[in-house]
Amino acid sequence: MKNLIRVALLGNPNTGKSTVFNSLTGLHQKVGNFPGVTVDKKTGHCTLSDTHVAEIIDLPGIYSLYPKAKDERIAFEVLADKKNKLHPDAAVVVADASNLKRNLLLFTQVADLKIPVILALNMIDVAEKAGLKIDIDKLSRKLGVPVIPLNARNKQGIAELKAAIARVSPVPTQKKTIDVASLEPAFLSEVQQRLSIEEPYEALHVANQYKNLLYLEEGSVPVIEELIRKHNFQPAKIQLAETAARYNYIEELLSDCVHQEVPPAAETFTSKIDKVLTHKVFGLLIFVLILFIIFQSIFSLAEYPMSLIEEGFASFSGWLISVMPPGVLTDLLVNGIVAGLGGVVIFVPQIAILFAFIAVLEDTGYMARVIFLMDRIMRKVGLNGRSVVPLISGIACAVPAIMATRTIENWKDRLITILVTPLMSCAARLPVYVLLISLVVPDERVAGIFNLQGLALLFMYLLGLFAAIGVAYLMKFIIGSKERSFLLMEMPIYRMPRWSNVAMTMYDRALAFVVQAGRVIIAVSIILWVMATYGPRERMQAVDAKYATAEMQQRYTPEELEHHLGSEKLENSYVGILGKSIEPVIKPLGFDWKIGIALITSFAAREVFVGTMATIYSVEADDSHMDSVREKMLQATNPHTGLPVFTIATAFSLMVFYAFAMQCMSTLAIVQRETKSWKWPLVQLAYMTGMAYVASLITYQLLR
Amino acid sequence: MQFGAKFRVRFMNLSELQKGQSGTISSFSDEEMSVKLMEMGCLPGESVRVDYIAAFGDPMAVTVAGYQLSMRKSEAATIILTPTD
Repeated sequence: MKNLIRVALLGNPNTGKSTVFNSLTGLHQKVGNFPGVTVDKKTGHCTLSDTHVAEIIDLPGIYSLYPKAKDERIAFEVLADKKNKLHPDAAVVVADASNLKRNLLLFTQVADLKIPVILALNMIDVAEKAGLKIDIDKLSRKLGVPVIPLNARNKQGIAELKAAIARVSPVPTQKKTIDVASLEPAFLSEVQQRLSIEEPYEALHVANQYKNLLYLEEGSVPVIEELIRKHNFQPAKIQLAETAARYNYIEELLSDCVHQEVPPAAETFTSKIDKVLTHKVFGLLIFVLILFIIFQSIFSLAEYPMSLIEEGFASFSGWLISVMPPGVLTDLLVNGIVAGLGGVVIFVPQIAILFAFIAVLEDTGYMARVIFLMDRIMRKVGLNGRSVVPLISGIACAVPAIMATRTIENWKDRLITILVTPLMSCAARLPVYVLLISLVVPDERVAGIFNLQGLALLFMYLLGLFAAIGVAYLMKFIIGSKERSFLLMEMPIYRMPRWSNVAMTMYDRALAFVVQAGRVIIAVSIILWVMATYGPRERMQAVDAKYATAEMQQRYTPEELEHHLGSEKLENSYVGILGKSIEPVIKPLGFDWKIGIALITSFAAREVFVGTMATIYSVEADDSHMDSVREKMLQATNPHTGLPVFTIATAFSLMVFYAFAMQCMSTLAIVQRETKSWKWPLVQLAYMTGMAYVASLITYQLLR
Repeated sequence: MQFGAKFRVRFMNLSELQKGQSGTISSFSDEEMSVKLMEMGCLPGESVRVDYIAAFGDPMAVTVAGYQLSMRKSEAATIILTPTD
C-alpha cells in the first residue's frame, strides 16, 4: 500500500494552473461536481515515487479566498473544513511568476489557514523574458515553504514539484505573514472560542462568509450574528485593512527577492495584436468573421461524422432486428433505447467541435477580448460580456451553451443567459424549418440574387435572436438581484493554444453531455415509445382486425399494408389519443391532431418532428425520403373542408411555434443541473411554450 | 506652488482618463468595489495607464501592477487619482 497524500491545487486564473494539473495527473483525472455548486471538480492521481501517490484536487481559479462569485466559496470550504471529504493534507499555490505581487495575495491567505503549503512559480519563462530576476532560495527561506519554479507548458519543474509534494511536511512550516488577530482582536478571539476554531484567519472568514458556508455546525449562525452585533464587526472595513496589510507584507518581501534587471518593453507582442483585435471598428468586424468561421466549421466539419453516426445507428438497429426474435422487446430496444441513444450521440460531433473552438479562443487569451468588446452592448439588454459565448453556442445546441454559462460570475446575468439561450435557433430546429419552408415557400429568387427559401430560413434565425434579446431585456426588470455585476477581468497575454488542453476540453464536454443529457433523452424516448406503441386494448384490437381482413390484404401490397396499419395504430395509441385531445387547444394555431402528435413527441427533442411526420403520413422515416414526406404533407387535406392542411399560415405558425417553444428535454435537464433547482427549467418551459402559443396564434390568424 | 494653482487641483477618477493617459491611484470612493480592486492589484500609490477603450466608450483596459486589467467605466469611476498639476 502506497502512502496517499491529498493535495489541493489553487491559484489565480490565467496562471496555467490547469496545465500544472494536467502535467501532474496526465489522463488519470475525473471530472465531477462539488456538492451544491456548479464548479467543475477535477481530481486526479499522480505517482510521486515508489512509495507515494498524490490525489490532486483542482480548485477553481480565484484571486482571493473571499469569493467573487458564490460558488467560489468551495475553495475556502475545502481548505478550512477538516471534516470535508476533500480536505487536503497540503496545498499547492500556483502563481504567475511574472506577476508575483498580485498572485502572492492568495498565497498568504492560504498560508494563514495554517495548512502545509508549497508555492509553485509558473510561467517562469515569461518572467525571465520580462527581465525579472527572482531569488528562489531567498523567497523560500523568507516564506518558510518550498518554492518550485515551473514552466508547465514544457513540463519543466514538474519532477521537482512532485518531489516537493512527496516530501511535504505534515505540519505547516510557513512563517507568519500578517498579524490577523490584531485586525479585530476581541471579536476574533470570541468567535474562535465560541465556535472552537483554531486559527484566527479561519475565524475571520467564517465571520465574513457564514451565510454561504455549508459546513458550519447547527447553531453557529446565530452565535456569529450575535457576536457581529456585539462587537459591531464591519466585514468590508476589516477586509480592506487585511488586504492592505497583506500587500505591505508582499511588497517588503518582493523588494528583497525580486529584481527588475531589464526595464520591460513598452510595446509587447500582446499590445501589438491588441491594437487590431480590440479596435473599436476592426475588433468587432474580426469577431464577427471569427464567428462566421466557427459556424461554417460546426456545420461543415460535423456533417461527415454525424452522417457516419446516423448510418452506424441505422445499421446497428438493422442488425438488432435481424438477430433478435421479432417482438415487443426487440421493438423497445430498437425504436426506444437505440433510437434514443442515437438521438444523443448524433450531437457529439457538433458539441466537440464547438468546445474545441471555445478552448482555443480561451487558451489564446482572445476570449477575454470578446468579453471586453461585447460587454457594453450586452449589458444594455440585461446580459453581460460573458453571455456572448453561450448565446452564440446556442446556435449549435443549447446544452453545451448552457454549460458554458459557468464563466458568468454574476448569478442574475447567468440566470438570464440560461433562460434565453434556448431561444437561439439550434441545429435541431434546422430540419423542421427546412421541411416546412420547402413545403410552402416557392424556390424562387427575388432581386436576382436572394433565394426566397434562404431568406425565410434567415428570417427564422433572426426571429430567435431577437426573441432572446427581447426576453433578456424583460427579465432584467423581472428578476431581482442584490448582487452587483462586475466586469473587472484580467486580460491575459496572447499565447499559443495548448492542443492537449483543447483535446481534453472536447473530450470532457462531449462526455458530460452524453452522460447527463443521455439519461433523460433515453428515459423520455422509452416513455414515448411505450405511448406510441400501446393504446387502449379494444381500439388496438379493432385496428388489427380491420387490417387482417381479406379485403385489405388484396387492396394493398404487404408493405403498404404495414404502413397503413402502423399509421392507424399510432392514431389509436395513447400518443394519438393525446394528440386528438389537444386538438381543440391547437386548432386556433392552425394545427390538426396529427401535428399535435408531432408537437407532443417533439417535446423530447425537436428533430423528432420529421420522423413523426414520416410515421404519421406513413412513409419511410429516412432523410433520403424527405421528399416523399414533403409530397404526402403537400397532399394532406382537411377532411372537413377538403382544403390543404399545410398552407403558408399553418407552416409559418408551426415554424414560429418551433422557434419559441421549449421542446427539448436535454436542455431542461441541463438547466436543472446548472441552476440546482426545478424552478428555473419549469419557468423556462412555461414562458417559452406560452410565448410560442401566443406567437403562433397571431401568425396563423394574420396569415390565414 | 503657483498662486491660483489650488483652483486647478481636481480629484480626477480613472474613468475620466483618455486612451494613453496615466495617473496614480490615490483612494477609492466605494468600499465594496475597493476590496475587489485591491485584490486585483489596484493599490493606492500604484500607477495606472489606459491602454484602450471599447466601442461606445465602455469598458476600458488599463495596465496596473504589471498586467492588464479591464473594467467598466462605472468601476473605474470609483478609483480616485492623485491630483497632478
